Amino acid sequence: MISTIYILWLRQIKRYWRSKSRIIGSIGQPLLFLLALGFGIGPIFAKAGAGNYIDFLAPGVMSQAILFMAVFSGIELIWDRQFGFLKETLVAPVSRLEIVLGKVLGGATIATLQGIIVFFLTLLVGFRPYSLKMMPLAFVLMFLIALFYTALGTAIASLMEDFHGFQLIMNFLVMPSFFLSGAIFPLQNAPRLIQIISSINPLSYGVDGLRQSLGGMVHFGIGKDILILTSLALLLLSIGSYLFSKIEA
Amino acid sequence: MKTIVEVRNLTKKFNGLMAVDKISFKVKKGNIFAFLGPNGAGKTTTIRMLTTLLKPDQGQMLINGFDPLRQQDEVRKSFGIVFQDYSLDDELTAYENMEFHGVLYKIPKDKRKKRIRNLLKIVDLWERKDDLVKTYSGGMRRRLEIARGLLHYPQIFFLDEPTIGLDPQTRNKIWQHIKKLNKKYQITIFFTTHYMEEAEKMAQCIAIIDHGKIIAQGTVAELKKQTRTKSLEAAYLAITGKTIREENATGLDRMRIRMNRMRGRMR
Repeated sequence: MISTIYILWLRQIKRYWRSKSRIIGSIGQPLLFLLALGFGIGPIFAKAGAGNYIDFLAPGVMSQAILFMAVFSGIELIWDRQFGFLKETLVAPVSRLEIVLGKVLGGATIATLQGIIVFFLTLLVGFRPYSLKMMPLAFVLMFLIALFYTALGTAIASLMEDFHGFQLIMNFLVMPSFFLSGAIFPLQNAPRLIQIISSINPLSYGVDGLRQSLGGMVHFGIGKDILILTSLALLLLSIGSYLFSKIEA
Repeated sequence: MKTIVEVRNLTKKFNGLMAVDKISFKVKKGNIFAFLGPNGAGKTTTIRMLTTLLKPDQGQMLINGFDPLRQQDEVRKSFGIVFQDYSLDDELTAYENMEFHGVLYKIPKDKRKKRIRNLLKIVDLWERKDDLVKTYSGGMRRRLEIARGLLHYPQIFFLDEPTIGLDPQTRNKIWQHIKKLNKKYQITIFFTTHYMEEAEKMAQCIAIIDHGKIIAQGTVAELKKQTRTKSLEAAYLAITGKTIREENATGLDRMRIRMNRMRGRMR
């Protein structure tokens, strides 16, 4: 059981590590958000008396990087299916659950690493976490966000035959999740509708938890964040496993 | 001789279209068995059902004494397979692809090492074991897939169009390897093909399938005798009333090669 999960996990890590262009490429977007938004909106943010915008934005951009990488890692399943490798896994005498766990843990690890890379990037543009003691908690939150969205990506990919639906997922799931999560603007004073949408957006809890552990700013409260993210991750993992077990190759 | 594959009334429909239509056949242990038929005849669909990838609508199957519907893991341990389309991880090395397979099939580490070494040597890939598979040619990939499919010492080896898209020299070489393995380990070989000469030369027993139905089966000699013809080709013509849609097939072949190349580029 463990060895199967491990080898599937290892495969994901190796593939990630070997595609340097993918690592560099996936840093581009968070960097753009940090620089353009950070320095563009920062002065207005400060003028409005809301404090240092980079400190506010940094955890949001980390969440964004994790979200993108996690969903993409999950969706990679389609890639495996199209290029035939999935069949090799499906004819092996292992349970479908082991396969899903290995793949999701691998994807989640990569997405967490991505979050950590972006964390270091934010230090370069001036972000300072308020306490180092809280760092392990920040990594736990990163992993929970990664876990949930990789499981979600895997679940969606189990239902898709090819990449045609990819744009749909980007535009109607990933982008809105990011923009309506409180990653780039505070939810406190947002219109009621946005607050409602945000409160049912899982990423909001990730952003909030991460922000709290790195910068001390609270919206929902970290206990609630962790509880919600963990339950959702487990739920999606079960749904993903079920959908994956239905795949015929 | 013992029977290792037994199929009765196997049926599969896709959107109302009969892909496999009540086929029945037996494969004897240690034999080389060919499924001969044009593209779209139902060969791959049959293999998918035998290898637990697809559930049939009706019929019974027994692989090595196990039922692919109820005893999936036992069946999965019993067979090795080379799929029609490539199924290697391009971003891993040959050795890593083998290692991945070995771990999934729970082969202990020391045994795994030894077997990987042996098999990669048999298929002449030991020197290139640490190269990424994306640098491999089509023939090398096929050889690696054959080695990989044998790593867990299966009783029966499914090869779905194993030489499709390969040049004649490579094709010969692949077949030498397969025959050697059949002799050396007494592995039952179950292969599909639309190449008449491949079936005639390699197989001890042939089932001819067209439009999802098995229309004749037996040894090459029996098929010739039945139809009072001198070659398998003539027998095929007598049985089906047409030549195997060779032009059609080669066109598809070419498309497949092009597709595989395109995939290589996309990566």
